[in-house]
Amino acid sequence: MTLAPDNFRWVVDLVRRRSAIQLEAGKEYLVESRLLPLARTAGLGDVDSYVRSIRVTAGLAVLEAVVEALTTNETSWFRDAQPFMSLADHIVPELRPAGGAGQLRIWSAACSSGQEPYSIAMVLSDLAVAGRLRILATDLNQQVLARARNGRYSQLEVNRGLPAPMLVKHFTRAGADWEVAPALRSSISFAQHNLLDAPPAGGPFDVVFLRNVLIYFDLATKRDVLRRVRQAIRPGGYLLLGAAETTIGIDDDFERVSLGRGSGYRLATRRAA
Amino acid sequence: MRALVIDDSRTMRRIIVGVLRSLGFDTLEAADGREALDVLESGVQVDLACIDWNMPVMNGLEFVLAARANREWRDVTLMMVTTESEHGQIVRALAAGAHEYLIKPFTADAIREKLQLLGLVEWEVSA
Repeated sequence: MTLAPDNFRWVVDLVRRRSAIQLEAGKEYLVESRLLPLARTAGLGDVDSYVRSIRVTAGLAVLEAVVEALTTNETSWFRDAQPFMSLADHIVPELRPAGGAGQLRIWSAACSSGQEPYSIAMVLSDLAVAGRLRILATDLNQQVLARARNGRYSQLEVNRGLPAPMLVKHFTRAGADWEVAPALRSSISFAQHNLLDAPPAGGPFDVVFLRNVLIYFDLATKRDVLRRVRQAIRPGGYLLLGAAETTIGIDDDFERVSLGRGSGYRLATRRAA
Repeated sequence: MRALVIDDSRTMRRIIVGVLRSLGFDTLEAADGREALDVLESGVQVDLACIDWNMPVMNGLEFVLAARANREWRDVTLMMVTTESEHGQIVRALAAGAHEYLIKPFTADAIREKLQLLGLVEWEVSA
């Protein structure tokens, strides 16, 4: 059963009052798709009945869950901030002292809609190494990869964790959206890649970002993914994981290294025979 | 931490105040830049000001300039929270001394992340 107009208007009003976000007419599909899991959890088969029921009885927690479901899907830019600071302040100075020679190759694995590779390029843009920076950004999903390649983000998306000075420096307005400056984009290539396949071309890499991916896999798969990623990293190179992830107990070829306030995983320079 | 929310819309103040309180801030409110200066001049310690741009009496940009001109208030972090979204306007606000710029509409997460960038809210370990 599709969402009745009065139920849609009620949801629009709820979201506007609690988040200041205005859901436009025609976004019924969004409400239906985002709220269906909540409806199912509540034991109801469709969103219309769900909305009708919460209109009468819902407590604060339920209303919050509804607003949350309708407003959070954007990945943020400098997610956790620390890995980007570690890269600029510790890893790059170590691997390329005084800029060094040769390319600095970085792989942003599971890059989703592109915020991570663009954040990497932004944080390195003022360093000597910027001119020799090559970033490979990969994802399994062609749709998000197309968005990443496009480099065009909505107002809501640029609000998420992107420092305002970086926004004005690296983006231009394009209608209601913001577009990544060509200079930033020119250092990044995008390619489809499955982490369970052989590593992508373009390596070996000095640094691999593989953040908030391993948490979704079981131990055997984590081990398999790390083994493949390891083959793509230069000895002495770094792997940066999400804050809740580690290689410890999964792959002993990496050692945990403290990098300022954060940490990364360095691939041993000599492999065990 | 104490935040001063400056906006001529009572609804908008309520939304921003709600988010800030959930992040552990004490909050004060002002309906325009002049009222906000009155609060600062009263000697109340404020760590953060969230500032709308378009307001009667004294607008947000004028407030930022006035706040920056007084050395006693140099520790106050200034974040514009406004519908003004032109590239040039953001540059103007930053040049005047605003530290961050959040464009309306926004989510609660967007406020939290800006405050994390500003070092006013801790980064949580996301599981």
